[in-house]
Parts: sequence; structure tokens; C-alpha cells
Amino acid sequence: MHELAVTQSILDISLRYAQKANAKRIVNIHLVIGKFSSIVDDSVQFYWDTIAKGTIAEGATLHFERIPAEMTCLDCGFIFEPTDETFACPQCLSPKVKITKGDEFRVESIDIE
Amino acid sequence: MPQRISIVEDIMSANDRLAGENREVFDKAGVFAINIMASPGAGKTTFIIKTLEALHGRLRMGVIEGDLATSIDADKAAAAGLPAVQINTGGDCHLDAVMVSNALPAMPLDNLDLVLVENVGNLVCPASFALGTHINVLIASIPEGDDKPYKYPGMYRGVQALVISKIDLLPYVPFNMDYFRHGVEILNPGLVTFPVSAKTGEGMEVWADWLVEQVKGK
Repeated sequence: MHELAVTQSILDISLRYAQKANAKRIVNIHLVIGKFSSIVDDSVQFYWDTIAKGTIAEGATLHFERIPAEMTCLDCGFIFEPTDETFACPQCLSPKVKITKGDEFRVESIDIE
Repeated sequence: MPQRISIVEDIMSANDRLAGENREVFDKAGVFAINIMASPGAGKTTFIIKTLEALHGRLRMGVIEGDLATSIDADKAAAAGLPAVQINTGGDCHLDAVMVSNALPAMPLDNLDLVLVENVGNLVCPASFALGTHINVLIASIPEGDDKPYKYPGMYRGVQALVISKIDLLPYVPFNMDYFRHGVEILNPGLVTFPVSAKTGEGMEVWADWLVEQVKGK
């Protein structure tokens, strides 16, 4: 959702760190995106090609590391990957579950020259 | 050989940082702030005005209204006696921390206990943009149907209270409350819910009492 604003944010963060390191160019950008963070990779790549032009990030490759959803049952401690139908614990059927992985939405690192 | 630089920065960090600043502004003024989200037409504005009535003067309340265009909502709130500021996004489908930050100077925060921020009518995008309020509240209205928790998990997961509005329409529209509540429970276990009718007043006192408790507990 809002891939243009997201792409702009990724660019801003990457340029800030690259400039601090006196980089000549950014080669790769590593993103960590959890299952619950909805973002369309192709749209981000599409906007990227436009807004990175003329910056040291031009031509950088975006890498999307996807983190699957993980829930932890607050009643029995069972750790599981939820299905689309239900987030309830498959072991004890409790609805009291916590999301422990899947909300990630960050720039992890960049490779510079 | 390219050199790796570790960043580990959230993509929403700029908005989150400003949301944190907004929160500090609210805290400094002793104001409890709520981000109210719902589909268009769920009854946000009416609910806000009826909340004022149900409070019977126990809290000094103000509203920040968010819409793409017009001051219709802020005008209604002002006519009901509320300090109100209107934000027009011009096209953005949600409020963000920047917009709220720009609206805060116009609110008489030092004379308020509670500020309700009425977000743009939208069940999707507002869930992704922190404003700096203390809690998020979703209003789900009966005519929207009982499958909304299942279809909009991001929104339902991200709120700290759920108002089920227009319950006076239950006899007239198909709505399976057990199915609805099950969806809410599996996404947000233990979420506090308030079945209300702004029209008849049913449930509004319980909501108002809870608000007073939240403000006192701040």
C-alpha cells in the first residue's frame, strides 16, 4: 500500500546512510518485509527506477527478504505459522495468540562502493 | 568489492518519529488522544458528537477532523460546541503524523482533557500510519456486515478498542454477531468492545465511563 511513499522512504534512508559513509554509489539495498506488511515488490521496483535516477542509488538492486508470519500461543506456548482462515492456536485452539514474526518493514542494510 | 552498511531502520521511521513528537505534545498538555478509524458512513462524526453528550461535561473534549475535502465534519462538531480543527488531505486516503502535527497548534490543548482525531473514512490505510495518539479505536457499523474482521485483519489487529455501532439496525440487516465476534477474538484477543447506537443512545454511557477511566488513568 502506498508504494510510492514507501519507495521514497527507502531511498531517503539509503541515501542518508550512504552519504554518511561517503559512498560513490549504492549497489544493493536489502529490505526485510514481514508477511503482515503488505507491499507489492514490483510496484516498489517500478517507482524505484524513476525516483532513484540522478542519485547515487540509481541502478541499485532491491532485495526483498520475506519473513513468514509466526504466532506464539499465550496459553500453551506453541509457536506456529497461521493460516489465512484462523490465527487460533492449532495445538490448544486458544484465540489468545501474539504475533512474534511478520510485522517487519525495514531497510536492513545497503552495499556501497 | 562493495561494502555492507547495516541500517536496520523501519521504513515508516520518519512518520513514527513525528508521531512520537505529537504524543509528547499531548502528554505535556495532559491530553488523552484517540485515533478514530472506520469505513465511510460508519458513523464516526455522529458518534463523536454523541460522545460529547454522554460525557455530561465530565471531560473537556476537542476534535481534529480528517477528510479529503470540505469542513462538513468540523462544522458539525463546532455546532455541537466542540473545539474543532479540520484537516483536508487533498487526496491522501489517511491522516499521517505530519498532518496532525500541523493541526495541533490550532487546538486549545491546555484547556482539554480528551482529543478525538477522526481519521479519513477508510478501513485500510489509516492502520499503517501512527499519528501519536494514545490509542486507536475502530468503529464497525452493523450494516457493513459481519465478515469485516476477516477481510481487514490489519485494521482489526491494530486497535485497542472496538465500537460496534448502529446496533439499532440489528433486526433489519443480516449480521451474525457470533461470527463477527469470533473474527475479532482471533485477531485481537481480549479486545474491549462497545456495542452502541448513537441514535437511541444505547451503550453510550458505558463508552463514556470507559473514556473517563482512560483519561483519569493517564
